[in-house]
Amino acid sequence: MFKKFSKEDIHSRSKVKSSIQRTLKSKLVSQYPQLEEVIDELIPKKSQIELIKCEDKIQLYTVDGEVYFFQKFDELIPSLKFVHKFPQAYPTIQVDRGAIKFVLSGANIMCPGLTSVGGKLPDAPGFEKDSFVIINAENKENALAIGKLMMSTEEIKSINKGHGVEMIHHLGDPLWDFNLD
Amino acid sequence: MLQEVVYCGICSYPPEYCEFSGKLKRCKVWLSENDTELYAKLYGNEIDEEVANAANKLGSSSIGEAREEKLEKDLLRLQAKQENREQRELAKKLSSKVVIKREARTKRKFIVAISGLEVFEIDMKKLAKTFASKFATGCSVSKNAEKKDEIVIQGDVLEEVEKYIHSLLEEKGLKNVKLEIIDSQKKKKKPTDEANSNNNNNNNNK
Repeated sequence: MFKKFSKEDIHSRSKVKSSIQRTLKSKLVSQYPQLEEVIDELIPKKSQIELIKCEDKIQLYTVDGEVYFFQKFDELIPSLKFVHKFPQAYPTIQVDRGAIKFVLSGANIMCPGLTSVGGKLPDAPGFEKDSFVIINAENKENALAIGKLMMSTEEIKSINKGHGVEMIHHLGDPLWDFNLD
Repeated sequence: MLQEVVYCGICSYPPEYCEFSGKLKRCKVWLSENDTELYAKLYGNEIDEEVANAANKLGSSSIGEAREEKLEKDLLRLQAKQENREQRELAKKLSSKVVIKREARTKRKFIVAISGLEVFEIDMKKLAKTFASKFATGCSVSKNAEKKDEIVIQGDVLEEVEKYIHSLLEEKGLKNVKLEIIDSQKKKKKPTDEANSNNNNNNNNK
């Protein structure tokens, strides 16, 4: 999604009204219920969220010049920096060490990288197809990517071949380096 | 409640991912200067424990010795590549030059055009804005004859611009970059000033 992304892709910037800001926050909480207790710490009431509309109908939400979450269609997707602050709240899967290199260069995640000894998938029933997951790596504390499941986690386990997770956002991609000024 | 994650000042990743960034050497230096605790945790006392460390790494990794070795090799190669690229870029930066040109418009009016800045990762638009407010004049970015971006400042501010760009480059650690000043109005200049010779600079040439 962010393979190519630069300032030229920005169409408009606008400040978000505080009422809409409130709905945004409640939407985030409804998507990730565990965020509820820390949401006011993550996004203080007084902070000013800015909406940046970009190419391909991507919308970024920033606070103080830092991208906190973004939206392509309906669902709000947190950015990695936002995830790092409170990683417990999101559905997480883990890849093995061998896969890190490829993930960091923006590849989709293949099933074997998730099912091998170093990888970790949740027990059944797991996560649905098309849901967003945080991708962690073996022996690492922080998430390195955010992806969208191309098949459900149970399917990944049984099929164990081909693309399992579509890459949305990873460490070092243009969104990660994105800087408003 | 919230976690504070340190990000590497060199590669911007969380430090545990520095090994994959291809800039490991500089990352290590940065981390050892900025966060000794984390450095010790990640890289240990490498000098006397390198062997133990390697064994440790293998033990804690699940992908097997052969693959780990391959990975290590790949990472080394990536690092070498990255270093080469950086060196090349630096050489390119050092060998390129900034051209500051003063051109005459009508009678006693001048513009100053600066080109060749894009190599140095300077945001032209922003710099133009700075100049505009610094000199209280009009300033914009436009394409020149060679289809390259240049900053055009209205008004005779050649010397000030030169000084400012010198300090700007110095800040970036690029002190030895050449600045070429083309001034079509000076008498002493050799007549090789191509482009502007046909402008109406008769005033000064008398």
